[in-house]
Amino acid sequence: MTDPLALEPILPAAERRALHFNDAGLPHDARHDAFVEHLQRGGSIEATDWMPDEYRTSVLRFVEMHANSELMGVLPERDWIMRAPTLRRKLALTAKIQDEVGHAQLLYRVAEDLGKPREAMFDDLLAGRTKFHNVFHYPTRSWGDVGVIAWLVDAAAIVAQQALTDSSYAPYARTMRKICWEESVHIRHGLDVVVTLVNGTEAQRAMVQEALERWWGPLMQMHGPRSDRATDRDLFWRIKAKTSEELRQEFLGIYVPRILELGLRIPDPELRLDASDGTWRYTEPDWAELRAVVTGRGPASADRIAFRRLNRDEQAWVRDTVLATGRAAA
Amino acid sequence: MTGESSEAPAAASASAGLEPWEVFRQEKEGGPMVHGGSVLAPDAELAVHYARELYGRRQESVRLWVVRRADVHDLSDPDLLQPPLDRSFKKPSGYVMRDKLAAARARSGAAKRSASDR
Repeated sequence: MTDPLALEPILPAAERRALHFNDAGLPHDARHDAFVEHLQRGGSIEATDWMPDEYRTSVLRFVEMHANSELMGVLPERDWIMRAPTLRRKLALTAKIQDEVGHAQLLYRVAEDLGKPREAMFDDLLAGRTKFHNVFHYPTRSWGDVGVIAWLVDAAAIVAQQALTDSSYAPYARTMRKICWEESVHIRHGLDVVVTLVNGTEAQRAMVQEALERWWGPLMQMHGPRSDRATDRDLFWRIKAKTSEELRQEFLGIYVPRILELGLRIPDPELRLDASDGTWRYTEPDWAELRAVVTGRGPASADRIAFRRLNRDEQAWVRDTVLATGRAAA
Repeated sequence: MTGESSEAPAAASASAGLEPWEVFRQEKEGGPMVHGGSVLAPDAELAVHYARELYGRRQESVRLWVVRRADVHDLSDPDLLQPPLDRSFKKPSGYVMRDKLAAARARSGAAKRSASDR
């Protein structure tokens, strides 16, 4: 009989899932190096794992911004529940809004586990210390806007969110898989609204064309300015997998043909696919506008924040009741 | 060992009497209970309500469980779960005998059987 313990290990050390960074006995630098090595091998991090402060704060900032966007993103659509043209549209829009608030709840939960209480995140959002996506800082003018938002803003978002299902922070990646599944319904709802309008009267076709023209600029800005792959820390930590330009190219590649086939015109004379390298050329988006808008100087920023504050105040009694239950139980 | 090494300020919300509950969901009757995510709640009753809102809103679950996170005991030690020694004798794929079988058949004079025999 061979003594099994006397056998040579057959798996090389690199193939074993050893999370040395969780070993509290190691010096900090060794844990840090083991953590980086684990990420570079494609490893995932759970909420209960040890992590460097920079990783924790970077994931938190990223997820918190995403959560804020889901929460604020329902406000432009909320305005249209009562004005939606049919009962089925009202139901669909209400369900979408409920989903987006649900996404905010899921994402705030992920962020809370990284160490920031939800109340602090709401305080920072209302005080303008944290951001939300540029597209939610604009007013909605027509039912056409609702269709364009649900179709194209959600499509641009899902391109980014699909790339986040590979995030190194596993609780975020899992949440993104659930969210992407729900968002795919929203895109169908938006497309259905847009297709119905383009099949309608001249006024309806004009309405959706105007909406596309209004939203094209913010859509092109949405993924942000180009960043350098080599210096982007969120890429280094594998919090996200793709650069802003990669996301924008992907969005254009999928959606430009779908927009054009509906007979809509894209308001950018420079937009074309460069056959020589397969990339989309477009007029440089207005980055000054993006910066102004996300720092709270967009056309509807103040209204949205004010509504959110009102909402929070009016619901204070619910939070107080829940927290009182908690204190009584504790 | 994993599980206690977190340096997250986990007590951030605990002071308010809230604590995390892990949510498990069953997609169809007879299926496995799969971890979905977590909710923050003061007690099991509200945790169940939150779980229903976030993980059962679209008829995607036929059953939900909520479990206090503090009641989950973690084991992720690779020395115990992914031991470095050859354990191939515990798996069907650890028994590769195509050549040996061929030799045995040649010896017995039996015709070569179908290619699916290894």
